[in-house]
Amino acid sequence: MATAAVYSSPGFDFSNEIRNNFLASKGIPLPKATSTGTTIVGCIFEDGIILGADTRATEGPIVADKNCEKIHYITESIRCCGAGTAADTEFVTNLISSNMEMHALTHNRKPRVVTAMTMLKQYLFRYQGHVGAALVLGGVDATGPNLFTIAPHGSTDKLPYVTMGSGSLAAMAVFESGWRKGMSREEALTLVKSAISAGIFNDLGSGSNVDACIITANNTEMLRNVEMPNERVQKERTYVFPKGTTAWKKEEVRKLVVQEEVRLVGEAMDTD
Amino acid sequence: MSIMEYNGGSVIAMVGKDCVAIASDLRLGNQALGISSNFQKIFPVTDRIYLGLPGLATDVTTLREVFRFRVNMYTIKEEREIEPETFAHLVSSTLYERRFGPYFIEPVMAGLSKVATGGFKPFIAATDLIGCLNFAKDFVVAGTASSKLYGAAEGLWEPDLEPEQLFETISQTMLNAVDRDAYSGWGVVVHVIEKDKITTRTLKGRMD
Repeated sequence: MATAAVYSSPGFDFSNEIRNNFLASKGIPLPKATSTGTTIVGCIFEDGIILGADTRATEGPIVADKNCEKIHYITESIRCCGAGTAADTEFVTNLISSNMEMHALTHNRKPRVVTAMTMLKQYLFRYQGHVGAALVLGGVDATGPNLFTIAPHGSTDKLPYVTMGSGSLAAMAVFESGWRKGMSREEALTLVKSAISAGIFNDLGSGSNVDACIITANNTEMLRNVEMPNERVQKERTYVFPKGTTAWKKEEVRKLVVQEEVRLVGEAMDTD
Repeated sequence: MSIMEYNGGSVIAMVGKDCVAIASDLRLGNQALGISSNFQKIFPVTDRIYLGLPGLATDVTTLREVFRFRVNMYTIKEEREIEPETFAHLVSSTLYERRFGPYFIEPVMAGLSKVATGGFKPFIAATDLIGCLNFAKDFVVAGTASSKLYGAAEGLWEPDLEPEQLFETISQTMLNAVDRDAYSGWGVVVHVIEKDKITTRTLKGRMD
């Protein structure tokens, strides 16, 4: 057994590298991880930021998850949408989220969006694009609303409306024709919903439902599944098999204790 | 040929009404050559958590020991049993630790988690080989027959199946998917987890 250390050193463990590289050199390709071939967007409106995402996760041509969450928590007033390698977006946002909490605690003030952006880009640059996270970071802080995109190699953009992922072209087309400066909350939410919908219906890597998150100076509203345009209809009939359909050879039943009653017997011990 | 197909094998987990089920095939192969028809891929973690490890057999053996060790350490430190949600995150971080030199395993978990009111709630989850968690409300699949399992399960699963119905549904899903996968099969084992008992059945399946 590999040494499963309890007090293992921080960072990644490369001890399978030699074996895996040997296999790769024998012409066996390494399998691919779940990726979110995604549509994620963000836009600035009159009093804050709206982030949007679809909810499909893919593994090659297979839909691995039909309703996953791509808008990740960073702090109470900062959120981050993730595209690319699903595990990387999940772990990178988790890591930065806890570093931001520590940062807030040590400096005793609400952390800024640029701080999260800098932490993310420095982390991603260090891994030279091997941590495959493409992010849309948005939030409101002391300097006002802030919106960024962060590419897997660590480059960043600061724009009033942004899109990322495989559906970014479809979503950007909607933004380019529909975005105006100083939109109201309702206008902006409608625009974000149609940008994500453009991705859902025109990009194969995106699908299912629309998630949105509205961040203003004193409130963050997570709108999980604001729109569900692809809900499964009720099946016309049920396909329950009658009992005894499946032939089995051996059965073993393990009984578990659900409730136990402790009853005191005899007199209490004399402890005088 | 991908390394995930080297030994073959598949696992599926499904949610029912106050119960969960997890099933796997029993084949261990060396590519097209069958080696064993009694290779265990599903392991009990606690009384009410089962873990399926389809993928490269050497990593099945390694990871089952790694998880046994880590769960034991958790139990000793915390002085309580691990909950399924916590265990899912343990699995996820263990795999992500090796992001750049992964184990070739796609774990599937099934269990019942304690709720504050004293009852139990069904729980299933799966991750990819680098630990991206997928919490599904219906079913999760992994292994060489995963594409076939998705199709069969999507058609046969329905909400609120009683334990006996869930057994039939997961068994038929597994048997029929595995029959269309050359690398999985040689028998199937099914575990149905209820709050007061766990029923383990070995199914009669095709042996070709």
